[in-house]
Amino acid sequence: MTDLARLRPVDERISLKYGAGGRAMRALIEQIFADGMGEVPGGVGLAAMDDGAVIPIGDHRWLVLTTDSHVVKPRFFPGGDIGRLAVAGTVNDLAMMGATEPLALTCAAIVEEGFARAELERIWASIRATCVEAGTTVVTGDTKVMGRGELDGLALNTTGVAITDRYVRDCELRPGDLLIVTGTVGDHGLAVMATRHELALEIELRSDVAPVNGLVRAALAVGGAGVVAMKDPTRGGLASALAEMAGKSRVGIEVREPAVPVSDAVRAAGELLGIDPLVVANEGKVVMGVRPAAVDAVLAALRAHPQGAAAAVIGVCTDERPGAVVLDTGFGRRLLSEAEGELQPRIC
Amino acid sequence: MISIDDGVATVDFFGVKRLVRLDVVDAPVGPGDYVLNHVGFAIRRIPAEEIADTLALYDELLRSASDDLLAGDVRGELDATEVPR
Amino acid sequence: MNDLEALRFRDPVRARALVDALGHHVRRAARPPDRPLAVMHVCGSHEQAIARFGLRATFPEGLEVIMGPGCPVCVTDVPEVDEAVALARQGVRIATYGDMLRVPGTAQSLADARAAGAKVDVVYSVTQAVELARRLEEELVFFASEFETTAVATAAVILAGPPANFSILSAHKYIPPVMEIVAEMPGTRVEGFLAAGHAATITGWGVFTPFVARHRVPVVVAGFEPLDVLAGLVRLVELIVDGDARVDNAYPRCVDEHGNRAAQAMLWQVFEPMGGRWRGIAHVPNGNLRLRGAHARWDARRRFKIDLAALWDHAPPALVQHCQCGDIMAGISSPHACPLFGTACTPDAPVGACMVSTEGTCRIWHQYGGRPDLRPRAAGATP
Repeated sequence: MTDLARLRPVDERISLKYGAGGRAMRALIEQIFADGMGEVPGGVGLAAMDDGAVIPIGDHRWLVLTTDSHVVKPRFFPGGDIGRLAVAGTVNDLAMMGATEPLALTCAAIVEEGFARAELERIWASIRATCVEAGTTVVTGDTKVMGRGELDGLALNTTGVAITDRYVRDCELRPGDLLIVTGTVGDHGLAVMATRHELALEIELRSDVAPVNGLVRAALAVGGAGVVAMKDPTRGGLASALAEMAGKSRVGIEVREPAVPVSDAVRAAGELLGIDPLVVANEGKVVMGVRPAAVDAVLAALRAHPQGAAAAVIGVCTDERPGAVVLDTGFGRRLLSEAEGELQPRIC
Repeated sequence: MISIDDGVATVDFFGVKRLVRLDVVDAPVGPGDYVLNHVGFAIRRIPAEEIADTLALYDELLRSASDDLLAGDVRGELDATEVPR
Repeated sequence: MNDLEALRFRDPVRARALVDALGHHVRRAARPPDRPLAVMHVCGSHEQAIARFGLRATFPEGLEVIMGPGCPVCVTDVPEVDEAVALARQGVRIATYGDMLRVPGTAQSLADARAAGAKVDVVYSVTQAVELARRLEEELVFFASEFETTAVATAAVILAGPPANFSILSAHKYIPPVMEIVAEMPGTRVEGFLAAGHAATITGWGVFTPFVARHRVPVVVAGFEPLDVLAGLVRLVELIVDGDARVDNAYPRCVDEHGNRAAQAMLWQVFEPMGGRWRGIAHVPNGNLRLRGAHARWDARRRFKIDLAALWDHAPPALVQHCQCGDIMAGISSPHACPLFGTACTPDAPVGACMVSTEGTCRIWHQYGGRPDLRPRAAGATP
């Protein structure tokens, strides 16, 4: 019985949890969005719920397609903004499928009446700068304005397209494969949460939002077919990404918590708020499943890259408890579960 | 504790600065002291020497379980990893 | 506390040694397999620590560590939630701790009320609620939940004089009385209690002396770092096996016999204990904390007329009859024994409060795997 088969029927009314990146969202996609639609013979379609779709266009050539919408509040946060997020998110999803050279992006904007022009310009400057970093540009888009109060400020949607001669999924792990994370986790989620809750923390929490297609390209160049799975741990964090990979691949995953890189500031903020860095979003990191023979080379290539300096092996795939992620805390062991719904800071 | 301003202290928590109220703590606290924080209020001043006392208590508990061979091995490991202050 | 010193309370080497010591004392007890040593803790934060660090997977066979009614959200009874929900539906702005947001009342939780248009703000401290009230023109009611340690903060805020548009709906609870209830329950197997370190920082460990004299079971006060919890359990099991019924303080850096008397004075100046229902545990004499008459002007129950009748038209859902939260909180049942656990009752569709709260037994077991056998089956399975 797969993880997907255990999903509950979608509620009568769509609540916030359906956008949280976890089980509820997967249920919504499976039961409504992908129902009777989205098959790609010879490729990867909607039902796979991977980071993008893969469409065969010739001999060993595939078109990779992905889309993302962005509604983050606050729109500006330490380390980034909604514009940077919109570009990086889509570029990274393409990279997760193995396509590290985006052909082009689209960007559609829905703007609330009364939105400040100066803010729009600031966001677009950020979009332009992030495109340059990623080596791509926005070639087409759409613009809509909704009445005051009909939309909360701004919603952005970006779509990205690329061509690749090899694609990487998130469901092909085997027992013995090792799991690498390319840097510290929890940065983006805790930075946004601290800002949103106006917590008097006075610390340097910064989002890690950045396009990482260059980093992935470096890893694939040395790892080749040894890199067998990739996922970016966005909404739902590392826990969700690993749960999906374990569930889809039908393997167990064992993670050593002391091996997971977490910055001191994020660790402290997590302790204070009672929020686990392993379940909050990252916007500039990758989880990779790598064959043992390729691990050393891939790790070295990641660490040599400025975005991968803190890369580390954090776990291994096993044939025990397929679909479950077990966390060795250093003191004991527990299941690493996905967070349910919206995260609230705890008090005691 | 880093500084106090009108009944509110700025404390350093593993490198994170946090504001904590001093309304209910029962001993005078000043910069350099440790405090126990609960929902934004300092509820106890923790003298530094009591931290060492707690560790001594743990070691005492371990020594009382002395006929377990495994504990003996681990005690050797403990002595070797004791960090000088 | 600098990193190095904090790490001493998270030192895996000492932790392993303490686990071995725990096993040693359990073996001394030489219990038959069907009668394990049973201890209870009464603090949601202890369960969080146990779950988060995966300590349950390390506890030796022959020891049962039961989570008692220490989750403040779980024990907040339906009528109290209903009062908050009713006020919210009447258009009054409510500030609440995040945990209480989704706890089901008779018909709705505060989250449901919010989704239907009520004004509900989540705060992480009572101070934040006061600051919110200062910024607003309208009334703000703070739904004051949690136990005595948190009640101290509420008391301090009342004594400091909050703004006129601020008031308190008190659902605060006091733990020592419920330990009495559990100790007196027929069929109770609990042989010792682990007491909450932060509450004891306020009350002092002396508050348990009459309890151990009456019930002849040991009580050990423990902190919340992994070493604190393990050390507390080692001491508790040692006392049980030696037949030594006394209070022991395993958290000396924060707890002494008399506690923080200034905080106690504030607490009892503002609040008085009252008998009341805890969800699933029926009547707990002196278990609830209510604002004293002298502070009536801050009491939301006196400032507002709370219309509960509108909520009582809804019959409770049929599932609630099968909910075992009460028995689970009293330590008589466990999540796996509940027919709803993991199927009809899950974190995203909770039936009982134990599944709603981040400190609820059922929620923690569901999220962290309870006490599954997580030992690696093959050597070399970890990197």
